Formats: sequence, structure tokens, C-alpha cells
Amino acid sequence: MRAYDDESVVAALRAGDGDAFAWLVDRHSRAMLRVATAYVRDRAAAEEAVQEAWIGVIRGIDRFEGRASLQTWIFRILTNVAKRAGGREARSTPFSALAAAEDTGEPAVDPDRFLPADHELHPGHWAVPPARWPTPEEGLLAGEARAVIATAIADLPPAQRTVIALRDIEGWSAEEVCAALELSGGNQRILLHRGRSRVRSAIEDYLGAVTPATDGDTGEMERISER
Amino acid sequence: MTRRPSQDQGGDLPCIEVVELLTDYLEGALPAAVASRLERHLRTCPGCSEYLAQMRTLAGSLRDLAGESVSAEMRDRIVRSFGS
Repeated sequence: MRAYDDESVVAALRAGDGDAFAWLVDRHSRAMLRVATAYVRDRAAAEEAVQEAWIGVIRGIDRFEGRASLQTWIFRILTNVAKRAGGREARSTPFSALAAAEDTGEPAVDPDRFLPADHELHPGHWAVPPARWPTPEEGLLAGEARAVIATAIADLPPAQRTVIALRDIEGWSAEEVCAALELSGGNQRILLHRGRSRVRSAIEDYLGAVTPATDGDTGEMERISER
Repeated sequence: MTRRPSQDQGGDLPCIEVVELLTDYLEGALPAAVASRLERHLRTCPGCSEYLAQMRTLAGSLRDLAGESVSAEMRDRIVRSFGS
């Protein structure tokens, strides 16, 4: 199947080219399902929102002016549909409100892992620094760790989950995420930071559970205290 | 809110603040003065360097984690709705 750019796929859709539409559906539906899931109750409702958004795309394609990218335009339609669907389920909120509700100021790392603010020599420095991760050739997603990471992402609050998925799984740029979800750059970064921090922590817990703690941690603590 | 860097512009950043700045750092969103303080800290702090390496590894490792798309049945229903 051929690949298109925005201009050629819009022209093809307007000319009634079903193959071009199928290409576009296959290109975006997975990310659309992720975004819809942030707004609605379950998988079935999210799939329906994706379907309704595509109907909106078909109906609206003649009015697409190219002021935003086609991707941004499609995701704006989707978020409007999903917000309405979420509203019927009493979970109607713009993405920025989901984001605000999740920003509880949670620290990236348990504060107990740092020396106290009134420490004589090194206030706020690591007491228990992160242990080095093993680096299997197959990468971080090898074996059991893969399931641990997938579960950690699935367990994130919806806005954090959506942003980390679009950025790090789907490979979108920060600008694309901000445009599609109508988020400020700062809010996008906070969500990404909280999401990645929690997933990092889950990986650390997993690795700590399978690799007995070495005395490297306490060694580091002593070393810092002596510095 | 992201924790703001200490008022003391010249001194070393404490690690507890550094870990909160690393996403902004990786995104190129830190003001130049804060970024250079951060880099100065990283040069002498193995804990924060390891933490940054982990955040980089994590961010760069997830591309293969792509989940499911809509069901095949729904996909066909959507594709069929074109032109109908």
C-alpha cells in the first residue's frame, strides 16, 4: 500500500479513494484508541469514540483547510467526540483538566532516599542513589521487564499514560502532542515527567526484587557523607 | 509544579531538585543558566548521572511496546463506512 503526505491523502479522500482512507485509519487508530481511553469508561466506549471520530473525518474532510496538520485535525475531532462520550458517562473534562487533577506535586523519587535538608554537609543529596541497571543486549524490554513496564504504564493516571504513550511509544514530538491534546508545553512536560518517573521507579522496584541489593547502596551513602 | 531550582544561583544543586529537572533538561526546556548548573552537578554526581541515564534509556526503549489498535471487526466497520 502506498504512503501519502497530508496533501495527497486529503486529495485522495476527497476523490473517494477507499484505499487512502484505509491507510489513514491504520495509521492513526491505535493512537486514537489510547487518547479516547483517557476520556471514557472502557475499551468498548473508546472503540466507539474512534469510530465516531472517523465518521467525523469523512464528513468534514471537504472543510479541512490545512491550518493544522491532518493528524492534529483528526485528533481534535477525536477528543471532541471522546469528551462528549465521556460527558454522557459523567467524566467530561478537557485534557488540561485531567492533567491538572493528576498534578498532586508527587515527587519523582521518594524523599526518604535523599539526605535531609538540614544535613550538615550534603543537604538534599542522595542517601540511597539509584543502582545501575543491567543492560541486556536485547534492551530494557526483554523478558519479564517488558510486562512490568507495560503494567506500570497501564496503571498511570489517564493524562500521564496518554502523554507517555504518544511520546515514547508512538514516537510523537512534544509539539504534536500539545497540538492534538490542546496542552501547553509546560503541562505536557509535567505529565511526561510524572509518567516516566513512575515507570522508572517501577522498573527499579522490579530489578531490586530480582537482584539482591548489593552493599553498593550503603557504600555510596557513606561515601557521600564523608565527602 | 516542577520543583524550582534553589535560589542560590552559584552553589551546587541538591540531587532532590536535580531529579525533578531532568525531563525538562532532556526536552531542552531549561533556561541556559539552569542547564549549565545541572550539567556541572552531573559531572560530579554519579547518582544523578545514573538517574539521567535511566530516564534516557526508558524514554528510548518504549517504541516496541505498541499496544493493540481497535479490533479487526471495528477496523473493517470504520473502513466500510467510507463512501457509504
